[in-house]
Amino acid sequence: MDAGILSILLQAPLYLGTLRLMVPITLPAIGEIITERSGVVNIGLEGIIMLGALASVYVGYFTGSLALALLAGILAGACVGILHGIISVYLGGDQIIVGVGVNVFAYGLGVITLYLTWGTFANSPLIPDSARVPDFYGISPFVILTLISGVAAWYLLERTSIGLRLKAVGENPKAADSAGINVFRIRFIATVVGAIFAALGGTFLGLDWLASYTRDISAGRGFIALAMVVFSKWNPVLAILSGLLFGFFFALSLAIPSGIIPDQLVWSLPYAATLLVAAGFFTKTRVPAALGRPYKRE
Amino acid sequence: MKISANLENYLKPVMESAISLLAGFLAGGIIIWIAGFNPILFYEALIAGAFGDLYSTLNTLSYSTPLILTALSFAIAARASLFNIGAEGQMYFGVLAAVAIGAFIPLPPVLHQLSIMALAILLGGIWGAVAGWLRVSRGVNEVVSTIMMNFLALYLVNYLATYVFYDPLQAYKTKSILSSAELPIIVPGTDLSLAFPLSIITALIFYLLLWRTPLGYEIRAVGLNPSAAKYGGIDVRRTMVVSMFLSGAAAALAGAFEVMGRFYYTDTGLSIVKNMGFDGIAVSLVGRNHPIGIILSSIFFAMLKTGIQAVQRSTSVGGRTGVPLELGLVVQGIIIIFVSIPEILRLIQGIRRREV
Repeated sequence: MDAGILSILLQAPLYLGTLRLMVPITLPAIGEIITERSGVVNIGLEGIIMLGALASVYVGYFTGSLALALLAGILAGACVGILHGIISVYLGGDQIIVGVGVNVFAYGLGVITLYLTWGTFANSPLIPDSARVPDFYGISPFVILTLISGVAAWYLLERTSIGLRLKAVGENPKAADSAGINVFRIRFIATVVGAIFAALGGTFLGLDWLASYTRDISAGRGFIALAMVVFSKWNPVLAILSGLLFGFFFALSLAIPSGIIPDQLVWSLPYAATLLVAAGFFTKTRVPAALGRPYKRE
Repeated sequence: MKISANLENYLKPVMESAISLLAGFLAGGIIIWIAGFNPILFYEALIAGAFGDLYSTLNTLSYSTPLILTALSFAIAARASLFNIGAEGQMYFGVLAAVAIGAFIPLPPVLHQLSIMALAILLGGIWGAVAGWLRVSRGVNEVVSTIMMNFLALYLVNYLATYVFYDPLQAYKTKSILSSAELPIIVPGTDLSLAFPLSIITALIFYLLLWRTPLGYEIRAVGLNPSAAKYGGIDVRRTMVVSMFLSGAAAALAGAFEVMGRFYYTDTGLSIVKNMGFDGIAVSLVGRNHPIGIILSSIFFAMLKTGIQAVQRSTSVGGRTGVPLELGLVVQGIIIIFVSIPEILRLIQGIRRREV
């Protein structure tokens, strides 16, 4: 191996970068696992990340308050989650189409807001320091939040009766319904919770990493998160590990000077790996049985 | 009685699409209003900008060309109950085919264009069929596989454009295609090239294929009820893979035509065609996955594009750009969200009844 690459591999910034790069893909992935285990797909993660970032940067910029900025990001996620939940759970609409619509809408709204507010098409000015997320002993609190969320989500799904009911709804909604579980309510709540997690990923980008909003702020992270859900076999703890793995690849592609390995090859790895895992070439995966299918009472 | 029932069958989807479009325009109007413009004047300027004279009308038609093809791509898979959101990546292979053959292999005219189209159909078709194969033989949902494959296609074509097909004089783009590979402009002074009639012909072929051939019958039967189709003796797996091939082929033609009839090269980041594959989803949904509906809704979405460009030009003052083009995306996003609501007509009627 090239001596240059070896020295990069031995440096601390690469691993600190990995920890940070893990956050904005892992939080949405954990949320999406909760949503998908209940039987609902939300491919609008990309858009929700943008809207979460946009809302928190906007509020953070004008109020200078971290608390209000965080709240705005969470609210933006909740709003999209409620919209998605109403259409796909209660009205039985097509979950994929709603997600596509959210992605298109969010990108457009982001650019328009940039232009109307700051007169630019590229990126907002930095938010004031008071609205930025302070580091905690050199590590972003979002890193800790991500780790705790993953473990907590795993505990919720595998060790509590709420988790049992949520999975029942995602596997066999009809049976769950006849057992007296409110299929619609559980799916709706799981969709809103998932969307809030995705928005938190965006909030991290806006209030922590970039401290601003840029037009391509999400840069495909919502789709990586969707990939991670499959890659980690709908397990939130494995989602943390795959987040670290994918985060490492991205940190590596940033750290390696261009020309040694084509960037395109490094960027392709997460998607290629996910495709292979989904196709069962390494291990067997099992998709929640009722995933993507609206439930209707007969 | 029979006639009116028939008419209702046609009218209902048209009405539902119309409601979605209306909702998109209303919500867009609110944002325009918040932005400090008069929505009515804005929409007047938009329509005038898209259809005000022959020149702008033909340009609008020209912009509808790639949308027709990517929408057909979505529709033919949707007719077989497959959700192909991979038109974006499949389209990139058409761009690749156009640049590879158009700029690097000298051929006589006609043969040159036909070779590009053949390679585009082959590459895009195979890329689509792989997702179809993964679905039927490995159980990979096509939504997951096509999302992954969009990124793989982007990086692969981006790599080839950057390192193999680049222009040594201007490294941000590939070499331009030879004039023998161009699709000629059919009305001088406009952007309307031969690509437009070719895409209309493709739509008609898709229409005939779906409703006048055994393959089309099989595709629609699989889409309506896969298990019934199977008992009816249809090879469901083969039908799905074939429809994904056709889907990828149509998307690739969109990419090839944009190079052959408009830009004559691509930038290495593929921004000349970016998102047109995703645009096709909205176009097809509003057109109810029907080739004729798709032609109409393509023209509508193209109007949104050329119209807003015109409004931007007219509202630009002293180096400051006017209304952002992305306004069209906001309207488009809202339209898609409304299209996803089933039975929207009944819902509205229900609300009205409750009020009475």
